[in-house]
Amino acid sequence: MTGKTPGEKTMKKLLEIGKLIVLSMFIANFSLCSSSAGAGEKISITGSTTALPVAQRLAEDYMERHSEVSISVAGTGSGDGIRAIIDGSADIGNSSRDMKDKEVKLALEKGIKPAKQVIALDCIVPVVNSDNPVTDLKIEQLRGIYNGKIRNWKDVGGNDKPIVTVSRDSSSGTFEVWQEKILYKDKVRPDAQLQASNGAVAQAVSGNKYAIGYLGIGYLNSNLKALKVNGVKASFETTKTKVYPIFRELFMFTRGEPTGPVKAFLDFVKSPKGQKIVREEGFVAIN
Amino acid sequence: MTLTMGEGDVQMSTLSAGGNHASESTTRGVELKVQEGISKYFFLAAASTSLLVMALIMIFLFREGLAIFGKVNAVSFFFGKAWYPTYDPPEFGILALIVGSVSVTLFSSLVAIPLGVGTALYLSVLAGPTVREYVKAAVELLASLPSVVLGFLGMVVIAPTMQELLDIPTGLNIVSASIVLAIMAIPTITSISEDALYAVPRDNLEASYALGATRWETMSRILVPGALSGIGTAVILGMSRAMGETMVVLMVAGGAAQIPSSLFDSVRPMPASIAAEMGEAPFGGEHYHALFAIGIVLFLMTLVFNLVATYISTRFQQKGASTL
Repeated sequence: MTGKTPGEKTMKKLLEIGKLIVLSMFIANFSLCSSSAGAGEKISITGSTTALPVAQRLAEDYMERHSEVSISVAGTGSGDGIRAIIDGSADIGNSSRDMKDKEVKLALEKGIKPAKQVIALDCIVPVVNSDNPVTDLKIEQLRGIYNGKIRNWKDVGGNDKPIVTVSRDSSSGTFEVWQEKILYKDKVRPDAQLQASNGAVAQAVSGNKYAIGYLGIGYLNSNLKALKVNGVKASFETTKTKVYPIFRELFMFTRGEPTGPVKAFLDFVKSPKGQKIVREEGFVAIN
Repeated sequence: MTLTMGEGDVQMSTLSAGGNHASESTTRGVELKVQEGISKYFFLAAASTSLLVMALIMIFLFREGLAIFGKVNAVSFFFGKAWYPTYDPPEFGILALIVGSVSVTLFSSLVAIPLGVGTALYLSVLAGPTVREYVKAAVELLASLPSVVLGFLGMVVIAPTMQELLDIPTGLNIVSASIVLAIMAIPTITSISEDALYAVPRDNLEASYALGATRWETMSRILVPGALSGIGTAVILGMSRAMGETMVVLMVAGGAAQIPSSLFDSVRPMPASIAAEMGEAPFGGEHYHALFAIGIVLFLMTLVFNLVATYISTRFQQKGASTL
């Protein structure tokens, strides 16, 4: 009588996710196997989920140009990317943070001298509705807004109106930057609206004149007003020169200085063609 | 049980064929029986597929979800107010998410029940054939709208308009999410209620009219009470649909994991949390297991809804000429 209930549907969605995971494992396996059948070179990349989409596109593009090379890319988290370099389970470890002293020490103990390459800059820009008179906020003010201490626009030089904070989901890499550069140890206020993507943040902020949000520099559009931070306007230039404060570097770590196919791939990543992909994925190019 | 019986049938007919293969009519009989046996197996297999899939889903869901309780105590999981799954140390309290789901479900049923049941009553009692045709088509069309389209409508039209008109901090709140969920639940409620109303015996209605009762009296004292079990089922199924809906609440409810203090606060219903966070939760980590555990909660809640619906429809079944 009941047919498909929403409960079953949800379960099916979950199973879908499970299937996708299994399927992607199969595909990853298959591509590994097929390459070992040929005489090709294999490069395995793992680590940061923030860098995953750009690493995947770089790998695909590189493999199109060099059919003899097969690259597998996995997103497991920055810590895992660094660990993979130390224990040798991957050729390249992606990370959205630098190595900690502890990790460097561990690597040296194992006789490995990790080499790091900056491949892109992840620049995050606070945005408000274009009707909002506020143009410039200090980092302390942004922290107050996001931890809930500042709740009215008049406290930061705006109108006497409530502040609606829009944030990214706490699992996203964009949120991680915000946590690290703005919130430090504080928790984001519980009534912050958590949106699942940069696009959803843009939509929520452009549709609400009381809202403030933040997104990757690649996602700015004309319906939003980008705020200056500490008086500095976010741009590719100010990010590269490190004058603009809210950004982080994305790294690819290797075991010792890269050689052979790994070096060739990293050279491609840093080349204008590779950096074009970096820009297309919403990051700031390094050159 | 059914399986072994089917096997027996086929074997017996084969035996009788072996004893008397000269007779053409018997051969035909055997063919028919074999055919019947095969079709029985086929449909049995088809029916067991959904059972099997359901069982697999449940095993998978419970295996992945229950793992969280090894690391987080159940009381702080269900009654903790802080949902900070990625902090160090993480906090996995889903009370705000449960309250979020319950609040949008309840408020949307407040909107959807009068509209859905009212539409059904109008269609079955008052509407002329032409109007009925059009209204029914519109309701069916409503049912076929993809939820992402409705979510988009809520996000781009309803939320900004509501915020502008009422001058509230945000339009992405319980009310706007509930309105969109109600739009989705109405077709379910209307079509099941309408079936229930049609199932009330015409004799009863005619008897009522014959005794001089007005249309309103007949409707309120004969028709609705007679169809009450079906309407109850319709309402519960509509609510269960609202409870499990993902895309709309992800887009329109605002996504704030807080316990709301007003109807115009943002909330983060459970399906929204799962959908938004599953993609980035490290595979096999605590966060991943916590999301599956939320899935279990959601599953149990909709299961309860469905059990209640079944209970209502059997317990309060109308005695007499017709039932739903």
